[in-house]
Amino acid sequence: MFLIDCPYCGERDQQEFKAGGEAHIERPKQPTELSDDEWAEYLFMRKNIKGVQFERWNHAHGCRKWFNMARDTSNDEIKAIYKMGEKPPTQ
Amino acid sequence: MTQNLRVKSSEFIDETNRISFKFDGKTYYGFKGDTLASALIANNVHLVGRSFKYHRPRGIMTSGSEEPNAIVQVNPNSNITEPNARATEIEIYEGLEASSQNCWPSVNFDIGGINNFLAPLFPAGFYYKTFMWPKSFWEKYEFFIRHSAGLGKSPNTRDPDIYDHRNIHCDVLVVGAGISGILAAKNAAKNNFKTLLLDEKNELGGSTIFEANEDNKINHNSASEWLKKEINELKNIKNLEIKTRTSVAAYHQYNYLLARENLTDHLDKKDKKNKIRQRLLKIRAKKVILATGALERPLIFNNNDRPGIMLSSAIKKYSNFYGVACGTKNIFFTNNDSAYESALSLHNKGIKVEAIIDIRENSDAKIIKKINDAGIKIYWAHTIVDTRGYKRLSGVSIMKLSNDGTSVTGSKISISCNCLGIAGGWTPAVHLYTQSGSKLTFDEERKIFIPKADTKEQISVGSCGGDFELDEIIENLNYKLKNFLNINKTDFEGITLENDHETSKRNIWLLPSDQTIGKTKPFVDYQNDATAKDIKLALREGFRSIEHVKRYTTTGMGTDQGKLGNMHALGIIADTAGVKMGELGTTTFRPPYTPLTFGTIVGRNVGEFFDTFRRTPMNDWHIKNKAEFENVGQWKRSWYYPKEDETMHQAVQRESKAARQSAGILDASTLGKIDIQGSDASEFLNRVYTNAWSKLAIGKCRYGLMLNEDGMVYDDGVTTRLGENHYIMTTTTGGAANVLGKLEDYLQTEWPELDVYLTSVTDHFATASLCGPNSKKILNKIIPDLDLSDDNFPHMSFKEVLIDKIKCRIMRISFTGELSYEINAPASYGEAIWQKCIEAGKEFNITPYGTETMHLLRAEKGFIIVGQDTDGTMTPSDLQMDWIVSKKKYDFIGKRSLYRSDTMKEDRKQLVGLLTEDPNIVLEEGAQIVSELDQKPVEMLGHVTSSYFSPNLNKSIALAVVKDGKNMMGRKLFIPMENKNISVTVANTVFYDEKNERLNA
Ligand SMILES: [Zn+2]
Repeated sequence: MFLIDCPYCGERDQQEFKAGGEAHIERPKQPTELSDDEWAEYLFMRKNIKGVQFERWNHAHGCRKWFNMARDTSNDEIKAIYKMGEKPPTQ
Repeated sequence: MTQNLRVKSSEFIDETNRISFKFDGKTYYGFKGDTLASALIANNVHLVGRSFKYHRPRGIMTSGSEEPNAIVQVNPNSNITEPNARATEIEIYEGLEASSQNCWPSVNFDIGGINNFLAPLFPAGFYYKTFMWPKSFWEKYEFFIRHSAGLGKSPNTRDPDIYDHRNIHCDVLVVGAGISGILAAKNAAKNNFKTLLLDEKNELGGSTIFEANEDNKINHNSASEWLKKEINELKNIKNLEIKTRTSVAAYHQYNYLLARENLTDHLDKKDKKNKIRQRLLKIRAKKVILATGALERPLIFNNNDRPGIMLSSAIKKYSNFYGVACGTKNIFFTNNDSAYESALSLHNKGIKVEAIIDIRENSDAKIIKKINDAGIKIYWAHTIVDTRGYKRLSGVSIMKLSNDGTSVTGSKISISCNCLGIAGGWTPAVHLYTQSGSKLTFDEERKIFIPKADTKEQISVGSCGGDFELDEIIENLNYKLKNFLNINKTDFEGITLENDHETSKRNIWLLPSDQTIGKTKPFVDYQNDATAKDIKLALREGFRSIEHVKRYTTTGMGTDQGKLGNMHALGIIADTAGVKMGELGTTTFRPPYTPLTFGTIVGRNVGEFFDTFRRTPMNDWHIKNKAEFENVGQWKRSWYYPKEDETMHQAVQRESKAARQSAGILDASTLGKIDIQGSDASEFLNRVYTNAWSKLAIGKCRYGLMLNEDGMVYDDGVTTRLGENHYIMTTTTGGAANVLGKLEDYLQTEWPELDVYLTSVTDHFATASLCGPNSKKILNKIIPDLDLSDDNFPHMSFKEVLIDKIKCRIMRISFTGELSYEINAPASYGEAIWQKCIEAGKEFNITPYGTETMHLLRAEKGFIIVGQDTDGTMTPSDLQMDWIVSKKKYDFIGKRSLYRSDTMKEDRKQLVGLLTEDPNIVLEEGAQIVSELDQKPVEMLGHVTSSYFSPNLNKSIALAVVKDGKNMMGRKLFIPMENKNISVTVANTVFYDEKNERLNA
């Protein structure tokens, strides 16, 4: 069970959090302009990386805030945690 | 019965405290401090079970949690009997009863034993190969397998014991209280780390505490004496908590560990009462020191499983710790020096050791001379080729090993004995280390897997880290501790150490015999009866992956998870396949390390504490008025209110009629309520609902449909505009939390520019829904001042009023098609307001109704229930609700998906009404719908989603999803049931009051 450092509350057990899938997939601003394929790309296609993956997490049983996490899926090492709207760490 | 093998008093056994216990119905005696295993051995009982597949007699093999054979049923005659307990871990107490498992009718006469003679019929993969065909025979096979396997029996009444959970946060957790663990814990605590030390045994000190090796010295004293002093000092150290009888079950990421603390199992029956039996410790440690020790390996040779064949280290522990001799004529069989220590221990206590058989050519250890002086014969470079004795070992046959170790030469020597100690070297107990996600590396020279690397959060010390000799252990521990804890000095730095070193090594995973392997039984996994032969067969049949071989042969799949034989299985695979062990990898060690009881896992969360119940403010009234309840998520909702001996059907029919004919009242408090405020609230609603919200006037209500981004209906409910920038949204009861979560997600991540605040107020309001043609009159009695005319208070509008100085919100909205008012009162006044409605409604025979009637009434009107009539694959158009989807709005959640080719298909499954040909037949919800009866295979067109007998229409009605249903109006379809086919006609979804005239009745 992870120990997650919520950017608003500090370190808490994983059971307080909900994972929200891949991060940095922005909802298209003008969906009607998109072809079926382009919309399907946004709607369905997600990466499943072995290695460092950027993910959305929500402190569901805490401050209810969403934030991002860079996690190495091969060993579950949490590399970074950063707020919504912030750029993912480069390293 | 006398304890004829108790040879010497021991400081760990209280001989003044004699304890009687029963095993397989016979009464025996032991002493306080004995385990069931040590007490049985003291009574010369070795035969304790039968093996799983061949039903071979099996005896006690180890002295710890790795025991594969001595698996017993505790309190076998009680309703709360416990299976699969290890005799080596059960501390005896007055009144203990246990029996052998896996034997029928008795351990001494076992019918399944015939399997042993049928052995050629039980090769690897036997179950896969045999029971696959013919399929129809499976039931018979299953009966046979289950009956003859009989792995214990489960209790058949509720567990009366109390279990507990505890969260622990500590700076340093030390697992294992052998010499390394004790020194580590002591130094951590002394340096101000909040430290927790755990050990699965009842005594601290590991194997050092009872060793009697005069060659191992610390500060010129015996290592065990020195360690006893160290343990004594622990008492006075602050910051140190010690828990014995506590086994770590799992080691998860980020130093989160689960441990089972055993509190009462060792106590006398009378002392167990009202105490917590076991406690699950949930530990989050900043740093973890693993000092889990090592497990002795057996040797794999022909017939290596007879009762009386034990691990050499176990024999030593039984004699030194429990004061019990495992046999009167002992032999040791070894590939290393440790068996000599065991042999000498026995010899010094006057227990006869016949011989030591060593597969090595020689050894220059100092202890060899002592063995020679004791007159014990050593057979160098020999191996056991066979053993004798059925229910108890009676002798062994040995032969000289060839130089390459693959065959035997010379003549056979036969030696009689009744106990054989086998010593195959040591396997570091790396189970917890690997559970934590860390990787192992294989030490080819020593043939062991050891931790690849320590980290800042975790180290392995002592033999679990690959250090076996005393000086090596202490010196490495000192070095590692200083780095790990960032301290300058340990309190044992500089102690003088004297010990011998093992220099001569020889390892043979599968020892040869004079017979061909096909004729031998070299057991690798004792619990699952897997032999080296099975592993070789699996390889011949093409299995290569270690995980596949494991499953095919069942090696390592017992409750002991192959703690003893896994390394040999790997070794035999590597040798046979000609690969290096390091490249082969290991199987995964999964939690729990030792089995956990269900009681420990659930702790206090049993019975009424299993889950949280949510009750509405009117709950007491419902109970007083004999409501039957239904679980809706965590909510307890009134289901129906039976009068006298009414059935559910009768009650629902009565309630439904009353609500349409006069007045009904429903507790709707469980509906989700979200308070929405902010200058962008209207824009926000525009984006989350399919219809338009900007023009909704203050004081008006509107029904909204919420989609997922994939265009499928997600939730629905009525939202009311309370002010310019203030709305109250209602959601379905079950969807409340998810809707709030989803809306928060969009606000925080996609539309952070919107000025909107969401607050869950579900629990803040109680809701009484008044319904029926007389509801207006009732409301008028309660609030005479309020003008209830359609002009002042029309359908889909809201008023804020005072009822007895209580501020209430009233919405005129309807889920039944009748004139209805929903009164929302602050939760604490809920019951009072409800009571007031009931009083005022008496003259109109106001009838409380539950969820079942609510569902029926809305079905008469064709109103959907999200989650019942929808299943995450229905678009608004599929539900014939195109009217609620705004064509003008540029965007809303899910809009784009409504124009995907798939969602626009004409012949999707669509919601329709169904009427049965026979109006008295009520369809089953979930029943499948077909258009042809004779066609095979028949196409399933859809299924029934809601179905009731409508008392107001006096006929059966149903909602269903049917492929291309919109174009099937009037078509005849069929519902094939088990005994009959039901004819139905596709109809409009609205069965009652199609023109909505009753809303303003
Ligand atoms: Zn938080």
